[in-house]
Amino acid sequence: MNTWEVTTLAERSAEALSSSFWGAAGYLGLAMLGMAGFVAVLGMVLIYAERKVAGHFQCRLGPMRVGWHGTLQTVADTVKLLLKEDIVPYQADKMLHILAPLLMFIGTILVLLVLPFSPIVQVADVNIGVVYITAVSGFSVLGILLGGWSSNNKWSLIGAMRAGAQIISYEVSATLALLVVVLFSGSLQLSEIVRSQAEGWWIWRAHGVGIVAFLIFFIASTAEINRTPFDMPEGESELTAGFHTEYSGLRFAFFFLAEFINMFLVAALTSTLFLGGWMPFHIGGFENFNALMDLIPAGLWFTGKTAFLVFVLMWFRWSFPRLRVDQLMRLEWKILLPIGLVNLFVAAVVVLYGLYFFPVR
Amino acid sequence: MDTLRLLGAITALEPRAKQKENTDRAAVEVPVDAFYSLMGRLKSDPQLAFDMLYTHTAVDWSAKGEGPGEFELVYQLYSMTHGHYLLVSARIPRDNPVAPTVSPIWKIAEWQEREVYDMFGVLYENHRDLRRLFLEDGWNGFPLRKDYKDEFMLERPE
Amino acid sequence: MSVHVSTLEERIRLQRTDGSPLATQEYFVNMGPQHPSTHGVLRLVLRLDGETVREVIPVLGYIHRGIEKMGERLGYRQFVHLSDRLDYLSALSNNWAISMAVEKAAKIELNDRIQVIRTIVAELQRIQSHQLWWGVFGMDLGAFTPFLYGFRDREIITDIFEETMGSRLTMNYIQPGGLMFDIHPNFVKRTKDFLTYFKPKLVEYETLLSENVIMQERLRGVGKVDAEAAVSLGCTGPVLRASGVAHDLRKLEPYGVYDKVQFDVAIGRTGDCWDRYWVRLEEMRQSMAIIEQLIDNIPEGKHMVMKPAAKIKLPEGSTYTHLETARGILGVYIVSDGSEEPYRIHLRTPNFNNLWMITEAAKNWRLGDLVAVLSSLDIVVPDIDR
Repeated sequence: MNTWEVTTLAERSAEALSSSFWGAAGYLGLAMLGMAGFVAVLGMVLIYAERKVAGHFQCRLGPMRVGWHGTLQTVADTVKLLLKEDIVPYQADKMLHILAPLLMFIGTILVLLVLPFSPIVQVADVNIGVVYITAVSGFSVLGILLGGWSSNNKWSLIGAMRAGAQIISYEVSATLALLVVVLFSGSLQLSEIVRSQAEGWWIWRAHGVGIVAFLIFFIASTAEINRTPFDMPEGESELTAGFHTEYSGLRFAFFFLAEFINMFLVAALTSTLFLGGWMPFHIGGFENFNALMDLIPAGLWFTGKTAFLVFVLMWFRWSFPRLRVDQLMRLEWKILLPIGLVNLFVAAVVVLYGLYFFPVR
Repeated sequence: MDTLRLLGAITALEPRAKQKENTDRAAVEVPVDAFYSLMGRLKSDPQLAFDMLYTHTAVDWSAKGEGPGEFELVYQLYSMTHGHYLLVSARIPRDNPVAPTVSPIWKIAEWQEREVYDMFGVLYENHRDLRRLFLEDGWNGFPLRKDYKDEFMLERPE
Repeated sequence: MSVHVSTLEERIRLQRTDGSPLATQEYFVNMGPQHPSTHGVLRLVLRLDGETVREVIPVLGYIHRGIEKMGERLGYRQFVHLSDRLDYLSALSNNWAISMAVEKAAKIELNDRIQVIRTIVAELQRIQSHQLWWGVFGMDLGAFTPFLYGFRDREIITDIFEETMGSRLTMNYIQPGGLMFDIHPNFVKRTKDFLTYFKPKLVEYETLLSENVIMQERLRGVGKVDAEAAVSLGCTGPVLRASGVAHDLRKLEPYGVYDKVQFDVAIGRTGDCWDRYWVRLEEMRQSMAIIEQLIDNIPEGKHMVMKPAAKIKLPEGSTYTHLETARGILGVYIVSDGSEEPYRIHLRTPNFNNLWMITEAAKNWRLGDLVAVLSSLDIVVPDIDR
């Protein structure tokens, strides 16, 4: 059986530090450049994918003119956004107005740093990975609230208040669903969680508790990133653009990019926790089948699963109308939270007393 | 109710109501001081039951005849239960265009009257919120009057 | 005894003085003339308490063009082309209203062909208007896809109109005395093809939006207006029928050939947004039924019973004529002094009278509900401002 050797960029640069300072610096510089490049390219690809998917859902083609089938459209849009005038509204809080998109972006990047893309591609493997992610993703709330407040615009403020309430509510459900996986895999470290799915992915190996947790986590995460049907904060038909109404140019690009990278993050996290991350599709006990699955490289597994979940998120956006704010809160506090709690309890019972049909650990 | 019985019922309610000539449906003309009580009874009387005020508008008769002229306030009523129509009209002098509001009786009248005020300058007493509807609050003049002139108008060459 | 005339500032200022020690602070927000869901240049000043709407103050006039004043200088045939620009989504019905008023007053007799064709195009226009409404309704509630589905299907009717009438939006087709042009030879076939195409699409519409639980949650029970309030507020059309009042001019005072076709009228029960939504979907079905009964049997005849250049003079006096457009009752009140131009022409537009319902229906609902109610009223702002 394949034993997956996990090395992260942080480990390698620590090794290099022990031999030479410049080696470590080199690795860190590589990390920063790589992250910047990755985020930029990923953003462009995702935005292009969204427009094409949206187009095809709506019986039209999406961008077709710029580049082959519109592939350079996002490049053109990025150039346009960079060249736009940077406006800070009259009597708005200038420092906060400039800070808000950066804060949102910081939260996104910090989570990207710990994601296991493949056994050898991971920037840092924090041993409390899950807790770290939950903590750090709160930066986006700050970014949104500050953006809405600093715009000196009542509509932005309404959007920001809605977002604040929504995100901190749905974090609770998401965390409860996360804990189910932690219980089953016995570790908070993301690479360990992925490795623990070598016998099979938690979504089906965790006996129904896994499926419920997957659904709760996916729904709660869609609400966390303000995607339809939970996009009240930027409810286009009500608030024009909600908390980012008054943003234009590069800083709007940050908000926009952060939203799409967040979408990628949610898909990546869900696939890491529930669908095995870079772990191929194994069925415990079928060695030949497992060996066959191992032939497909791990990075490709991760990309495929994440891409599929991103597509599902886009599918949501272009099919559903949006929930009203009080219905959104009711969904969380009266429906998802009780189910999540009961689910966690059942998961704990299953793990503790070994009430499962096939080995879970 | 057909036109004849309708007119009979109305003249019974209000003797000063006269039938208006040259209209396609039943129409009465009422002096403005008898106006408000008649309107109330037109709605509340179960035989008449005019519960829908289709439209309310005004006509400026100053281009016909001499003198300052008159406004004719026109109310087109309809009864959902009986299915009959009635046009009520009242004439008010143009240099003192005051009339009672019927918005307590039909809610839609509140905004139809605002439009008539905006376009003609008819002042409605006891109106909850009389202000201009389409034009800006500080506009001078009342456009649908026959003698309205402003610098944007194009005069037709005679 | 002087009558006090107030201003908008006064109206807004006056309301701020209420507040008990425990009240939260209310604030005024402008849902301005430029807004994605006000369907045109409608400005709503909202008094909000958090998310709850306490008062809605519509401010109008951004597209006031003085159509009634213009009418006093135009002949009747010229005025028909202005009527297109009122509620441009049911332009043909507007044309028909003016034409019907003129024909009734001048006692012009039409032949069957004209009446049948007028009925068919008016019903096609009704379907087209409701298709656009359905798309925009979904978009206002956050589902962006119905917008394109509605427009895609609407294009077919628009193409049919363009072939016959030469224009896609403001057709100026139904004239006093008949029609501007005779129908194109392809008209019957294309309409029948459209009917076969659209029937399953309506089922698709239902699956996409009506059966969606989010949609139902957002629409059921929201913005209820009971029958008495609806009548007093002057509502007509689908808005009134959704509140349970069985009032459809096509049945009560049939014009065109409506008395010769079989169709049902959809009546709602509670007058909430869901009923208004459902009534319009049902109307689309009934319109298709009407067209089906008429499309194969268009009688022969001329398309215009008068000479096109004939001058129309109405006898002295006043007339009020109305008909049922896609949005409600459009009434035309003409005061004529015997000449070629009306002395006073007043249009009782459905959207003007439907709009004020929002001041009652949206009270104490949330911002999202306000958008849902406004969208379910299906208003077109040029019709309000004229």
